[in-house]
Amino acid sequence: MQGFLEKIIPNIMSKPGELFTSLGQTLQMMLVSGSISLVFGIIFGVIITVTSENGVLRNKVVFNILDKAINILRSVPFVIMIAWVIPLTRAIVGTAIGTKGAIPPLVFGTVPFFTRQIESALAEVDHGLIEAAESMGSSPWEIVFRVYLKESLPGIIRGVQITFVSLVGLTAMAGAVGGGGLGDFAIRYGHQRGQEDVTWVTVLIILVMVSVIQGLGSWLIKKSTH
Amino acid sequence: MIELEHITKTFNTGPAQVHAVQDVSLSIRDGEIFGIIGFSGAGKSTLVRCVNLLERPTAGRVTVDGRELTALDDGALRRARKKIGMIFQHFNLMPSRTVFGNVAYPLRGGGLSKDQIRDKVRQLLALVELSDKENAYPSQLSGGQKQRVAIARALANDPSILLCDEATSALDPQTTGSILHLLRQLNEQLGLTVVVITHEMGVVKEICDRVAVMDRGRIVEEGTVFEVFSDPKQLITRDFIRTTSNLNKIEELIAEDAPITHLQPGELIVRLTYLQTSVSEPLISKISRDFNVDVNIVFSNVELVKGGSIGGTVAIMSGERKALTDAIRYLSEKNVSVEVIKDARVS
Ligand SMILES: Nc1ncnc2c1ncn2[C@@H]1O[C@H](COP(=O)(O)OP(=O)(O)OP(=O)(O)O)[C@@H](O)[C@H]1O
Ligand SMILES: [Mg+2]
Repeated sequence: MQGFLEKIIPNIMSKPGELFTSLGQTLQMMLVSGSISLVFGIIFGVIITVTSENGVLRNKVVFNILDKAINILRSVPFVIMIAWVIPLTRAIVGTAIGTKGAIPPLVFGTVPFFTRQIESALAEVDHGLIEAAESMGSSPWEIVFRVYLKESLPGIIRGVQITFVSLVGLTAMAGAVGGGGLGDFAIRYGHQRGQEDVTWVTVLIILVMVSVIQGLGSWLIKKSTH
Repeated sequence: MIELEHITKTFNTGPAQVHAVQDVSLSIRDGEIFGIIGFSGAGKSTLVRCVNLLERPTAGRVTVDGRELTALDDGALRRARKKIGMIFQHFNLMPSRTVFGNVAYPLRGGGLSKDQIRDKVRQLLALVELSDKENAYPSQLSGGQKQRVAIARALANDPSILLCDEATSALDPQTTGSILHLLRQLNEQLGLTVVVITHEMGVVKEICDRVAVMDRGRIVEEGTVFEVFSDPKQLITRDFIRTTSNLNKIEELIAEDAPITHLQPGELIVRLTYLQTSVSEPLISKISRDFNVDVNIVFSNVELVKGGSIGGTVAIMSGERKALTDAIRYLSEKNVSVEVIKDARVS
Protein backbone atom coordinates (compact mmCIF):
# COMPACT_ATOMS: atom_id res chain seq x y z
CA MET A 1 0.00 0.00 0.00
CA GLN A 2 2.68 2.44 1.14
CA GLY A 3 4.71 1.52 -1.91
CA PHE A 4 1.76 1.90 -4.24
CA LEU A 5 0.92 5.36 -2.90
CA GLU A 6 4.54 6.46 -3.12
CA LYS A 7 4.44 5.45 -6.73
CA ILE A 8 1.29 7.30 -7.81
CA ILE A 9 1.42 10.37 -5.50
CA PRO A 10 5.13 10.73 -4.72
CA ASN A 11 5.03 14.46 -3.97
CA ILE A 12 2.22 14.04 -1.44
CA MET A 13 3.87 11.12 0.28
CA SER A 14 7.08 13.12 0.65
CA LYS A 15 5.25 15.83 2.69
CA PRO A 16 2.04 14.40 4.24
CA GLY A 17 2.44 16.73 7.21
CA GLU A 18 2.15 19.76 5.01
CA LEU A 19 -1.02 18.41 3.40
CA PHE A 20 -2.64 17.89 6.79
CA THR A 21 -1.58 21.34 7.96
CA SER A 22 -3.12 22.85 4.82
CA LEU A 23 -6.31 20.88 5.28
CA GLY A 24 -6.45 22.05 8.90
CA GLN A 25 -5.98 25.65 7.83
CA THR A 26 -8.73 25.36 5.25
CA LEU A 27 -11.13 23.84 7.77
CA GLN A 28 -10.22 26.50 10.30
CA MET A 29 -10.83 29.33 7.83
CA MET A 30 -14.14 27.80 6.78
CA LEU A 31 -15.45 27.13 10.24
CA VAL A 32 -14.42 30.45 11.76
CA SER A 33 -15.50 32.68 8.88
CA GLY A 34 -18.54 30.45 8.24
CA SER A 35 -19.82 30.72 11.81
CA ILE A 36 -19.25 34.47 11.98
CA SER A 37 -20.99 34.91 8.62
CA LEU A 38 -23.84 32.71 9.78
CA VAL A 39 -24.55 34.98 12.73
CA PHE A 40 -24.31 38.22 10.74
CA GLY A 41 -26.11 36.76 7.73
CA ILE A 42 -29.08 35.73 9.86
CA ILE A 43 -29.14 39.07 11.68
CA PHE A 44 -29.00 41.10 8.45
CA GLY A 45 -31.35 38.72 6.61
CA VAL A 46 -33.93 39.12 9.38
CA ILE A 47 -33.50 42.90 9.52
CA ILE A 48 -33.90 43.29 5.78
CA THR A 49 -37.00 41.07 5.84
CA VAL A 50 -38.80 42.78 8.71
CA THR A 51 -37.99 46.30 7.53
CA SER A 52 -39.16 45.67 3.96
CA GLU A 53 -42.39 47.00 2.45
CA ASN A 54 -44.61 44.25 3.89
CA GLY A 55 -42.50 43.58 6.96
CA VAL A 56 -43.62 43.61 10.58
CA LEU A 57 -41.20 46.46 11.44
CA ARG A 58 -41.33 48.40 8.20
CA ASN A 59 -38.51 50.92 8.00
CA LYS A 60 -37.54 52.39 4.68
CA VAL A 61 -34.26 53.98 5.82
CA VAL A 62 -32.80 50.87 7.46
CA PHE A 63 -33.98 48.70 4.59
CA ASN A 64 -32.47 50.92 1.91
CA ILE A 65 -29.09 51.30 3.64
CA LEU A 66 -28.76 47.57 4.18
CA ASP A 67 -30.02 46.68 0.73
CA LYS A 68 -27.58 49.05 -0.99
CA ALA A 69 -24.63 47.98 1.17
CA ILE A 70 -25.25 44.34 0.32
CA ASN A 71 -25.51 45.07 -3.37
CA ILE A 72 -22.23 47.01 -3.34
CA LEU A 73 -20.35 44.37 -1.36
CA ARG A 74 -21.73 41.61 -3.56
CA SER A 75 -20.50 43.28 -6.71
CA VAL A 76 -16.88 43.43 -5.50
CA PRO A 77 -14.87 40.47 -6.88
CA PHE A 78 -13.35 38.47 -4.05
CA VAL A 79 -9.68 38.95 -4.99
CA ILE A 80 -10.24 42.70 -4.97
CA MET A 81 -12.13 42.42 -1.69
CA ILE A 82 -9.05 40.82 -0.12
CA ALA A 83 -6.89 43.79 -1.04
CA TRP A 84 -9.61 46.32 -0.31
CA VAL A 85 -10.20 45.28 3.29
CA ILE A 86 -6.52 44.92 4.24
CA PRO A 87 -6.49 48.03 6.49
CA LEU A 88 -9.64 46.82 8.20
CA THR A 89 -8.19 43.34 8.54
CA ARG A 90 -5.08 44.74 10.22
CA ALA A 91 -7.26 46.75 12.59
CA ILE A 92 -9.40 43.77 13.54
CA VAL A 93 -7.04 40.81 13.76
CA GLY A 94 -3.70 42.61 13.86
CA THR A 95 -2.32 41.08 10.67
CA ALA A 96 -3.33 40.87 7.05
CA ILE A 97 -1.56 37.63 6.26
CA GLY A 98 -1.87 34.02 7.22
CA THR A 99 -5.01 32.11 8.10
CA LYS A 100 -6.01 34.76 10.63
CA GLY A 101 -5.66 37.52 8.07
CA ALA A 102 -7.89 35.62 5.67
CA ILE A 103 -10.86 35.55 8.04
CA PRO A 104 -12.08 39.20 7.67
CA PRO A 105 -12.09 39.20 3.85
CA LEU A 106 -13.83 35.81 3.91
CA VAL A 107 -16.47 37.21 6.24
CA PHE A 108 -16.91 40.33 4.09
CA GLY A 109 -17.19 38.18 0.99
CA THR A 110 -19.65 35.73 2.56
CA VAL A 111 -22.00 37.82 4.69
CA PRO A 112 -23.72 39.67 1.80
CA PHE A 113 -24.18 36.40 -0.10
CA PHE A 114 -25.50 34.60 2.95
CA THR A 115 -27.77 37.52 3.87
CA ARG A 116 -29.47 37.19 0.47
CA GLN A 117 -29.82 33.44 1.01
CA ILE A 118 -31.50 34.05 4.36
CA GLU A 119 -33.66 36.79 2.86
CA SER A 120 -34.96 34.46 0.18
CA ALA A 121 -35.50 31.65 2.71
CA LEU A 122 -37.57 33.99 4.88
CA ALA A 123 -39.47 35.27 1.85
CA GLU A 124 -40.72 31.75 1.32
CA VAL A 125 -42.60 31.85 4.60
CA ASP A 126 -46.25 32.24 3.64
CA HIS A 127 -47.41 35.75 4.51
CA GLY A 128 -50.59 34.16 5.85
CA LEU A 129 -48.57 32.68 8.73
CA ILE A 130 -47.32 36.11 9.70
CA GLU A 131 -50.86 37.41 9.60
CA ALA A 132 -52.15 34.52 11.68
CA ALA A 133 -49.42 35.17 14.24
CA GLU A 134 -50.28 38.87 14.34
CA SER A 135 -53.95 38.04 14.80
CA MET A 136 -52.99 35.87 17.78
CA GLY A 137 -51.24 38.84 19.38
CA SER A 138 -47.61 37.88 18.64
CA SER A 139 -45.05 40.67 18.91
CA PRO A 140 -42.59 41.37 16.07
CA TRP A 141 -39.85 39.57 18.03
CA GLU A 142 -42.01 36.53 18.55
CA ILE A 143 -42.82 36.57 14.86
CA VAL A 144 -39.10 36.63 14.01
CA PHE A 145 -38.14 33.74 16.26
CA ARG A 146 -41.28 31.62 16.41
CA VAL A 147 -42.50 32.04 12.85
CA TYR A 148 -39.85 33.33 10.43
CA LEU A 149 -36.82 31.46 11.72
CA LYS A 150 -38.67 28.33 12.75
CA GLU A 151 -40.81 27.97 9.67
CA SER A 152 -37.99 28.68 7.22
CA LEU A 153 -35.54 26.24 8.78
CA PRO A 154 -35.27 24.02 5.67
CA GLY A 155 -34.63 27.13 3.55
CA ILE A 156 -32.04 28.43 6.00
CA ILE A 157 -30.24 25.07 5.97
CA ARG A 158 -30.23 25.19 2.18
CA GLY A 159 -28.70 28.69 2.38
CA VAL A 160 -26.03 27.49 4.79
CA GLN A 161 -25.28 24.58 2.48
CA ILE A 162 -24.87 26.78 -0.58
CA THR A 163 -22.86 29.33 1.37
CA PHE A 164 -20.43 26.73 2.71
CA VAL A 165 -19.93 25.28 -0.74
CA SER A 166 -19.07 28.71 -2.09
CA LEU A 167 -16.89 29.27 0.98
CA VAL A 168 -14.76 26.27 -0.07
CA GLY A 169 -13.94 28.16 -3.25
CA LEU A 170 -13.29 31.45 -1.47
CA THR A 171 -10.97 29.84 1.10
CA ALA A 172 -8.92 28.31 -1.69
CA MET A 173 -8.58 31.76 -3.24
CA ALA A 174 -7.76 33.43 0.07
CA GLY A 175 -5.13 30.76 0.60
CA ALA A 176 -3.45 31.56 -2.67
CA VAL A 177 -2.84 35.13 -1.54
CA GLY A 178 -1.15 34.22 1.71
CA GLY A 179 -3.76 32.56 3.86
CA GLY A 180 -2.35 29.05 3.67
CA GLY A 181 -4.71 26.15 3.25
CA LEU A 182 -5.35 23.76 0.39
CA GLY A 183 -5.46 26.44 -2.29
CA ASP A 184 -2.06 27.73 -1.26
CA PHE A 185 -0.72 24.15 -1.13
CA ALA A 186 -1.98 23.35 -4.62
CA ILE A 187 -0.60 26.57 -6.11
CA ARG A 188 2.82 26.30 -4.51
CA TYR A 189 3.50 22.69 -5.38
CA GLY A 190 1.02 21.66 -8.02
CA HIS A 191 1.21 24.80 -10.13
CA GLN A 192 4.54 26.48 -9.44
CA ARG A 193 6.61 23.30 -9.22
CA GLY A 194 4.62 21.19 -11.63
CA GLN A 195 3.83 18.49 -9.06
CA GLU A 196 0.66 17.35 -10.76
CA ASP A 197 -0.27 14.73 -8.17
CA VAL A 198 -0.55 17.50 -5.57
CA THR A 199 -3.16 19.28 -7.68
CA TRP A 200 -5.11 16.07 -8.19
CA VAL A 201 -5.16 15.14 -4.53
CA THR A 202 -6.20 18.66 -3.52
CA VAL A 203 -9.04 18.63 -6.03
CA LEU A 204 -10.13 15.24 -4.70
CA ILE A 205 -10.12 16.45 -1.10
CA ILE A 206 -12.14 19.54 -2.03
CA LEU A 207 -14.59 17.35 -3.92
CA VAL A 208 -15.05 15.21 -0.82
CA MET A 209 -15.58 18.33 1.32
CA VAL A 210 -18.24 19.66 -1.04
CA SER A 211 -19.97 16.28 -1.13
CA VAL A 212 -20.00 16.06 2.66
CA ILE A 213 -21.49 19.56 2.94
CA GLN A 214 -24.09 18.74 0.33
CA GLY A 215 -24.98 15.35 1.78
CA LEU A 216 -25.23 16.66 5.32
CA GLY A 217 -27.31 19.65 4.21
CA SER A 218 -29.73 17.55 2.20
CA TRP A 219 -30.18 15.14 5.08
CA LEU A 220 -30.92 17.99 7.49
CA ILE A 221 -33.33 19.60 5.03
CA LYS A 222 -35.20 16.36 4.67
CA LYS A 223 -35.37 15.91 8.41
CA SER A 224 -36.71 19.42 9.00
CA THR A 225 -39.36 19.40 6.27
CA HIS A 226 -42.83 18.16 7.16
CA MET B 1 -69.90 43.60 21.00
CA ILE B 2 -68.10 45.01 17.99
CA GLU B 3 -68.68 48.60 17.05
CA LEU B 4 -67.33 50.07 13.88
CA GLU B 5 -67.85 53.80 13.50
CA HIS B 6 -67.27 55.52 10.19
CA ILE B 7 -64.51 53.15 9.12
CA THR B 8 -62.66 54.21 6.00
CA LYS B 9 -59.68 52.43 4.51
CA THR B 10 -57.84 53.82 1.54
CA PHE B 11 -54.85 52.08 0.00
CA ASN B 12 -52.25 54.19 -1.72
CA THR B 13 -50.84 51.95 -4.38
CA GLY B 14 -48.69 54.02 -6.67
CA PRO B 15 -50.61 56.76 -8.44
CA ALA B 16 -54.05 55.23 -7.93
CA GLN B 17 -55.91 55.24 -4.64
CA VAL B 18 -58.11 52.27 -3.76
CA HIS B 19 -61.05 53.09 -1.52
CA ALA B 20 -61.47 49.61 -0.11
CA VAL B 21 -63.84 50.60 2.71
CA GLN B 22 -65.81 53.82 2.75
CA ASP B 23 -67.51 55.18 5.85
CA VAL B 24 -68.84 51.92 7.22
CA SER B 25 -70.61 51.90 10.55
CA LEU B 26 -71.70 48.59 11.94
CA SER B 27 -72.65 47.17 15.28
CA ILE B 28 -72.37 43.44 15.93
CA ARG B 29 -74.06 42.13 19.05
CA ASP B 30 -72.72 39.68 21.57
CA GLY B 31 -73.48 36.07 20.77
CA GLU B 32 -74.77 36.57 17.26
CA ILE B 33 -73.52 35.13 14.00
CA PHE B 34 -73.12 38.05 11.67
CA GLY B 35 -72.55 37.59 7.95
CA ILE B 36 -70.91 40.01 5.55
CA ILE B 37 -71.46 39.14 1.90
CA GLY B 38 -70.51 40.80 -1.32
CA PHE B 39 -68.85 40.13 -4.63
CA SER B 40 -65.07 39.87 -4.95
CA GLY B 41 -63.29 43.14 -4.25
CA ALA B 42 -66.20 44.63 -2.33
CA GLY B 43 -63.94 45.24 0.67
CA LYS B 44 -65.15 42.48 2.98
CA SER B 45 -61.71 41.22 3.97
CA THR B 46 -60.41 44.72 4.50
CA LEU B 47 -63.37 45.54 6.73
CA VAL B 48 -63.02 42.45 8.90
CA ARG B 49 -59.26 42.99 9.17
CA CYS B 50 -60.05 46.42 10.55
CA VAL B 51 -61.80 44.75 13.49
CA ASN B 52 -58.54 43.40 14.96
CA LEU B 53 -56.53 46.15 13.29
CA LEU B 54 -54.51 43.82 11.08
CA GLU B 55 -55.41 46.69 8.79
CA ARG B 56 -55.41 50.08 10.48
CA PRO B 57 -58.32 52.14 9.17
CA THR B 58 -57.49 55.44 7.53
CA ALA B 59 -60.30 56.95 9.58
CA GLY B 60 -62.88 55.75 12.03
CA ARG B 61 -63.15 54.07 15.39
CA VAL B 62 -63.15 50.38 16.34
CA THR B 63 -64.51 49.39 19.73
CA VAL B 64 -64.57 45.76 20.88
CA ASP B 65 -66.18 44.75 24.17
CA GLY B 66 -66.17 48.33 25.31
CA ARG B 67 -62.50 49.02 24.57
CA GLU B 68 -61.51 51.34 21.79
CA LEU B 69 -58.87 49.36 19.91
CA THR B 70 -57.94 52.27 17.67
CA ALA B 71 -56.75 54.15 20.78
CA LEU B 72 -54.52 51.39 22.20
CA ASP B 73 -50.73 51.26 22.05
CA ASP B 74 -49.02 48.28 20.41
CA GLY B 75 -48.66 46.18 23.55
CA ALA B 76 -52.24 46.68 24.68
CA LEU B 77 -53.48 46.00 21.15
CA ARG B 78 -51.61 42.68 21.11
CA ARG B 79 -53.23 41.69 24.39
CA ALA B 80 -56.64 42.68 23.05
CA ARG B 81 -56.04 40.58 19.90
CA LYS B 82 -55.69 37.46 22.02
CA LYS B 83 -59.39 37.85 22.79
CA ILE B 84 -60.34 38.08 19.11
CA GLY B 85 -59.86 34.82 17.24
CA MET B 86 -59.46 34.75 13.48
CA ILE B 87 -59.55 31.99 10.88
CA PHE B 88 -58.66 32.23 7.21
CA GLN B 89 -59.50 30.79 3.82
CA HIS B 90 -56.15 29.02 3.51
CA PHE B 91 -56.03 27.97 7.18
CA ASN B 92 -52.55 29.46 7.74
CA LEU B 93 -51.29 26.61 9.92
CA MET B 94 -47.57 26.44 10.59
CA PRO B 95 -46.23 23.53 8.52
CA SER B 96 -43.23 22.85 10.77
CA ARG B 97 -45.42 22.25 13.80
CA THR B 98 -47.71 19.36 14.63
CA VAL B 99 -51.39 19.89 15.31
CA PHE B 100 -50.48 20.09 19.00
CA GLY B 101 -47.74 22.64 18.30
CA ASN B 102 -50.07 24.79 16.23
CA VAL B 103 -52.76 24.92 18.88
CA ALA B 104 -50.15 25.49 21.59
CA TYR B 105 -48.61 28.41 19.68
CA PRO B 106 -50.82 31.17 21.11
CA LEU B 107 -50.64 29.67 24.61
CA ARG B 108 -46.85 29.73 24.92
CA GLY B 109 -45.33 32.71 26.63
CA GLY B 110 -48.58 33.51 28.38
CA GLY B 111 -47.47 32.32 31.80
CA LEU B 112 -49.02 28.85 31.61
CA SER B 113 -47.07 25.79 32.74
CA LYS B 114 -46.29 22.96 30.33
CA ASP B 115 -48.98 20.79 31.89
CA GLN B 116 -51.57 23.55 31.73
CA ILE B 117 -50.78 24.10 28.06
CA ARG B 118 -51.05 20.38 27.33
CA ASP B 119 -54.41 20.13 29.09
CA LYS B 120 -55.75 23.19 27.32
CA VAL B 121 -54.62 21.95 23.89
CA ARG B 122 -56.23 18.55 24.49
CA GLN B 123 -59.43 20.22 25.59
CA LEU B 124 -59.48 22.40 22.45
CA LEU B 125 -58.77 19.44 20.17
CA ALA B 126 -61.62 17.53 21.80
CA LEU B 127 -63.88 20.51 21.14
CA VAL B 128 -63.14 20.35 17.40
CA GLU B 129 -63.17 16.53 17.41
CA LEU B 130 -59.56 16.05 16.41
CA SER B 131 -58.10 14.44 19.51
CA ASP B 132 -56.61 11.60 17.46
CA LYS B 133 -54.60 13.96 15.22
CA GLU B 134 -52.54 15.59 17.95
CA ASN B 135 -49.21 14.46 16.49
CA ALA B 136 -50.03 14.86 12.80
CA TYR B 137 -48.48 17.60 10.70
CA PRO B 138 -50.77 19.96 8.73
CA SER B 139 -49.62 18.40 5.45
CA GLN B 140 -51.19 15.14 6.61
CA LEU B 141 -54.64 16.65 7.15
CA SER B 142 -57.63 17.25 4.89
CA GLY B 143 -58.89 20.79 4.32
CA GLY B 144 -61.72 20.40 6.78
CA GLN B 145 -59.38 19.02 9.43
CA LYS B 146 -56.97 21.90 8.87
CA GLN B 147 -59.75 24.40 9.41
CA ARG B 148 -60.73 22.61 12.62
CA VAL B 149 -57.16 22.92 13.88
CA ALA B 150 -57.23 26.61 12.93
CA ILE B 151 -60.46 27.03 14.88
CA ALA B 152 -58.95 25.31 17.93
CA ARG B 153 -55.91 27.58 17.67
CA ALA B 154 -58.09 30.69 17.33
CA LEU B 155 -60.02 29.72 20.46
CA ALA B 156 -56.91 29.01 22.57
CA ASN B 157 -57.07 32.20 24.60
CA ASP B 158 -60.85 31.98 25.13
CA PRO B 159 -61.78 34.85 22.84
CA SER B 160 -65.27 36.32 22.87
CA ILE B 161 -65.19 36.85 19.12
CA LEU B 162 -64.26 34.71 16.13
CA LEU B 163 -63.62 36.38 12.77
CA CYS B 164 -63.91 34.06 9.78
CA ASP B 165 -62.59 35.36 6.45
CA GLU B 166 -63.86 33.01 3.73
CA ALA B 167 -63.27 30.15 6.14
CA THR B 168 -65.14 27.63 4.00
CA SER B 169 -64.33 28.90 0.51
CA ALA B 170 -61.58 26.32 -0.04
CA LEU B 171 -63.74 23.42 1.12
CA ASP B 172 -66.18 21.11 -0.65
CA PRO B 173 -69.90 21.52 0.15
CA GLN B 174 -70.05 18.64 2.60
CA THR B 175 -67.00 19.78 4.56
CA THR B 176 -68.34 23.33 4.46
CA GLY B 177 -71.49 22.00 6.10
CA SER B 178 -69.55 20.35 8.91
CA ILE B 179 -67.44 23.44 9.61
CA LEU B 180 -70.57 25.63 9.66
CA HIS B 181 -72.17 23.18 12.03
CA LEU B 182 -69.12 23.44 14.30
CA LEU B 183 -69.25 27.25 14.21
CA ARG B 184 -72.89 27.25 15.17
CA GLN B 185 -72.20 24.78 17.95
CA LEU B 186 -69.40 26.99 19.32
CA ASN B 187 -71.69 29.99 19.06
CA GLU B 188 -74.36 28.23 21.09
CA GLN B 189 -72.10 26.47 23.61
CA LEU B 190 -69.56 29.20 24.30
CA GLY B 191 -71.67 32.23 23.47
CA LEU B 192 -69.05 33.10 20.87
CA THR B 193 -69.78 36.06 18.61
CA VAL B 194 -68.99 34.97 15.07
CA VAL B 195 -68.36 37.25 12.10
CA VAL B 196 -68.54 35.39 8.81
CA ILE B 197 -67.17 36.88 5.61
CA THR B 198 -68.28 35.02 2.52
CA HIS B 199 -69.33 35.27 -1.06
CA GLU B 200 -71.38 32.09 -0.70
CA MET B 201 -75.06 32.77 -0.06
CA GLY B 202 -75.48 29.26 1.26
CA VAL B 203 -73.16 29.99 4.17
CA VAL B 204 -75.17 33.02 5.22
CA LYS B 205 -78.48 31.19 4.92
CA GLU B 206 -77.11 28.28 6.87
CA ILE B 207 -75.82 29.94 10.03
CA CYS B 208 -76.18 33.71 10.14
CA ASP B 209 -78.61 35.65 12.29
CA ARG B 210 -77.99 38.97 10.61
CA VAL B 211 -76.26 39.92 7.41
CA ALA B 212 -74.75 42.99 5.79
CA VAL B 213 -74.33 43.28 2.04
CA MET B 214 -71.19 45.08 0.88
CA ASP B 215 -70.66 46.72 -2.46
CA ARG B 216 -67.72 48.86 -3.50
CA GLY B 217 -66.56 49.54 0.02
CA ARG B 218 -69.94 50.38 1.47
CA ILE B 219 -72.60 48.47 3.33
CA VAL B 220 -75.67 48.82 1.17
CA GLU B 221 -78.12 46.65 3.04
CA GLU B 222 -78.32 45.19 6.51
CA GLY B 223 -80.82 43.23 8.53
CA THR B 224 -81.84 39.77 9.63
CA VAL B 225 -81.11 37.09 7.08
CA PHE B 226 -84.81 36.62 6.54
CA GLU B 227 -85.48 40.32 5.99
CA VAL B 228 -82.63 40.77 3.58
CA PHE B 229 -83.20 37.65 1.53
CA SER B 230 -86.96 37.60 1.48
CA ASP B 231 -87.28 41.22 0.53
CA PRO B 232 -84.01 42.48 -0.92
CA LYS B 233 -84.04 46.25 -1.41
CA GLN B 234 -80.84 46.68 -3.38
CA LEU B 235 -80.16 45.52 -6.90
CA ILE B 236 -76.83 44.06 -5.80
CA THR B 237 -78.56 41.93 -3.18
CA ARG B 238 -81.04 40.67 -5.74
CA ASP B 239 -78.19 39.87 -8.09
CA PHE B 240 -76.53 38.00 -5.33
CA ILE B 241 -79.59 35.97 -4.56
CA ARG B 242 -80.16 35.23 -8.21
CA THR B 243 -76.61 34.11 -8.95
CA THR B 244 -76.76 31.58 -6.18
CA SER B 245 -80.30 30.33 -6.76
CA ASN B 246 -81.17 27.78 -9.40
CA LEU B 247 -84.27 29.79 -10.33
CA ASN B 248 -82.32 31.68 -12.98
CA LYS B 249 -81.39 28.46 -14.75
CA ILE B 250 -84.61 28.77 -16.68
CA GLU B 251 -83.09 31.56 -18.79
CA GLU B 252 -80.22 29.25 -19.66
CA LEU B 253 -82.66 26.49 -20.60
CA ILE B 254 -84.54 28.85 -22.88
CA ALA B 255 -81.28 30.00 -24.46
CA GLU B 256 -80.34 26.36 -25.05
CA ASP B 257 -83.79 25.75 -26.50
CA ALA B 258 -84.38 22.83 -24.15
CA PRO B 259 -87.53 20.79 -24.95
CA ILE B 260 -89.14 21.65 -21.63
CA THR B 261 -89.27 25.30 -22.68
CA HIS B 262 -91.20 24.56 -25.89
CA LEU B 263 -94.62 25.96 -25.11
CA GLN B 264 -98.01 24.98 -26.46
CA PRO B 265 -100.38 27.82 -27.32
CA GLY B 266 -101.94 29.10 -24.11
CA GLU B 267 -98.95 28.37 -21.93
CA LEU B 268 -96.48 30.65 -20.22
CA ILE B 269 -93.40 30.24 -18.09
CA VAL B 270 -93.37 32.22 -14.86
CA ARG B 271 -90.94 32.67 -12.04
CA LEU B 272 -92.60 33.11 -8.68
CA THR B 273 -90.51 34.57 -5.90
CA TYR B 274 -91.89 34.52 -2.40
CA LEU B 275 -91.29 37.83 -0.78
CA GLN B 276 -92.64 36.95 2.60
CA THR B 277 -93.68 33.94 4.58
CA SER B 278 -96.23 33.04 1.98
CA VAL B 279 -96.37 29.30 1.66
CA SER B 280 -95.98 28.09 -1.86
CA GLU B 281 -97.86 24.82 -2.15
CA PRO B 282 -101.29 25.94 -0.95
CA LEU B 283 -101.12 29.00 -3.19
CA ILE B 284 -100.34 26.95 -6.25
CA SER B 285 -103.09 24.43 -5.61
CA LYS B 286 -105.44 27.28 -4.83
CA ILE B 287 -104.90 29.04 -8.14
CA SER B 288 -105.28 25.74 -10.00
CA ARG B 289 -108.62 25.23 -8.35
CA ASP B 290 -110.02 28.74 -8.22
CA PHE B 291 -108.83 30.09 -11.56
CA ASN B 292 -108.92 26.95 -13.62
CA VAL B 293 -105.29 27.10 -14.68
CA ASP B 294 -102.84 24.24 -14.78
CA VAL B 295 -99.57 24.82 -12.96
CA ASN B 296 -96.70 22.56 -13.85
CA ILE B 297 -93.65 23.14 -11.61
CA VAL B 298 -90.36 23.06 -13.55
CA PHE B 299 -88.25 23.58 -10.48
CA SER B 300 -88.56 24.99 -7.08
CA ASN B 301 -86.10 26.31 -4.56
CA VAL B 302 -87.33 27.00 -1.09
CA GLU B 303 -84.88 27.27 1.74
CA LEU B 304 -85.37 27.57 5.42
CA VAL B 305 -83.51 30.38 7.10
CA LYS B 306 -83.85 31.72 10.59
CA GLY B 307 -87.25 33.40 10.61
CA GLY B 308 -88.99 31.61 7.78
CA SER B 309 -88.64 30.19 4.32
CA ILE B 310 -87.48 32.03 1.24
CA GLY B 311 -87.19 31.02 -2.35
CA GLY B 312 -89.31 30.57 -5.37
CA THR B 313 -90.66 28.40 -8.13
CA VAL B 314 -90.39 28.29 -11.88
CA ALA B 315 -93.57 26.89 -13.42
CA ILE B 316 -95.43 26.52 -16.68
CA MET B 317 -98.97 27.82 -16.38
CA SER B 318 -101.65 27.12 -18.95
CA GLY B 319 -105.23 28.17 -19.37
CA GLU B 320 -107.36 30.83 -20.90
CA ARG B 321 -105.87 34.28 -21.14
CA LYS B 322 -108.24 35.81 -18.63
CA ALA B 323 -107.79 32.97 -16.18
CA LEU B 324 -104.03 33.34 -16.37
CA THR B 325 -104.18 37.10 -15.89
CA ASP B 326 -106.45 36.75 -12.86
CA ALA B 327 -104.25 34.07 -11.34
CA ILE B 328 -101.16 36.28 -11.72
CA ARG B 329 -102.95 39.23 -10.16
CA TYR B 330 -104.04 37.05 -7.27
CA LEU B 331 -100.46 35.86 -6.65
CA SER B 332 -99.18 39.42 -6.70
CA GLU B 333 -101.76 40.35 -4.10
CA LYS B 334 -100.43 37.54 -1.94
CA ASN B 335 -96.98 39.10 -2.03
CA VAL B 336 -95.55 36.74 -4.56
CA SER B 337 -93.51 38.43 -7.24
CA VAL B 338 -94.41 37.05 -10.65
CA GLU B 339 -92.11 37.35 -13.64
CA VAL B 340 -93.38 36.14 -17.00
CA ILE B 341 -90.36 34.68 -18.72
CA LYS B 342 -91.85 33.21 -21.87
CA ASP B 343 -95.34 33.92 -23.12
CA ALA B 344 -97.46 31.85 -25.52
CA ARG B 345 -100.82 33.06 -24.36
CA VAL B 346 -103.67 33.07 -26.85
CA SER B 347 -106.42 35.61 -26.86
N1 LIG C 1 -52.92 45.68 0.90
C1 LIG C 1 -53.60 46.23 -0.12
N2 LIG C 1 -53.03 47.15 -0.92
C2 LIG C 1 -53.71 47.72 -1.92
N3 LIG C 1 -54.98 47.43 -2.24
C3 LIG C 1 -55.63 46.53 -1.50
C4 LIG C 1 -54.97 45.87 -0.40
N4 LIG C 1 -55.84 45.00 0.16
C5 LIG C 1 -56.99 45.12 -0.55
N5 LIG C 1 -56.87 46.02 -1.55
C6 LIG C 1 -57.92 46.42 -2.50
O1 LIG C 1 -59.08 46.76 -1.77
C7 LIG C 1 -60.26 46.31 -2.42
C8 LIG C 1 -61.05 45.43 -1.49
O2 LIG C 1 -60.33 44.24 -1.24
P1 LIG C 1 -60.83 43.10 -0.26
O3 LIG C 1 -59.77 42.07 -0.22
O4 LIG C 1 -61.24 43.70 1.02
O5 LIG C 1 -62.10 42.54 -1.01
P2 LIG C 1 -63.01 41.28 -0.69
O6 LIG C 1 -64.40 41.76 -0.63
O7 LIG C 1 -62.46 40.58 0.50
O8 LIG C 1 -62.82 40.39 -1.97
P3 LIG C 1 -62.70 38.79 -2.12
O9 LIG C 1 -64.07 38.26 -2.06
O10 LIG C 1 -62.07 38.62 -3.46
O11 LIG C 1 -61.81 38.31 -1.01
C9 LIG C 1 -59.78 45.59 -3.68
O12 LIG C 1 -59.91 46.48 -4.75
C10 LIG C 1 -58.34 45.29 -3.40
O13 LIG C 1 -57.60 45.28 -4.59
MG1 LIG D 1 -61.51 38.67 0.83
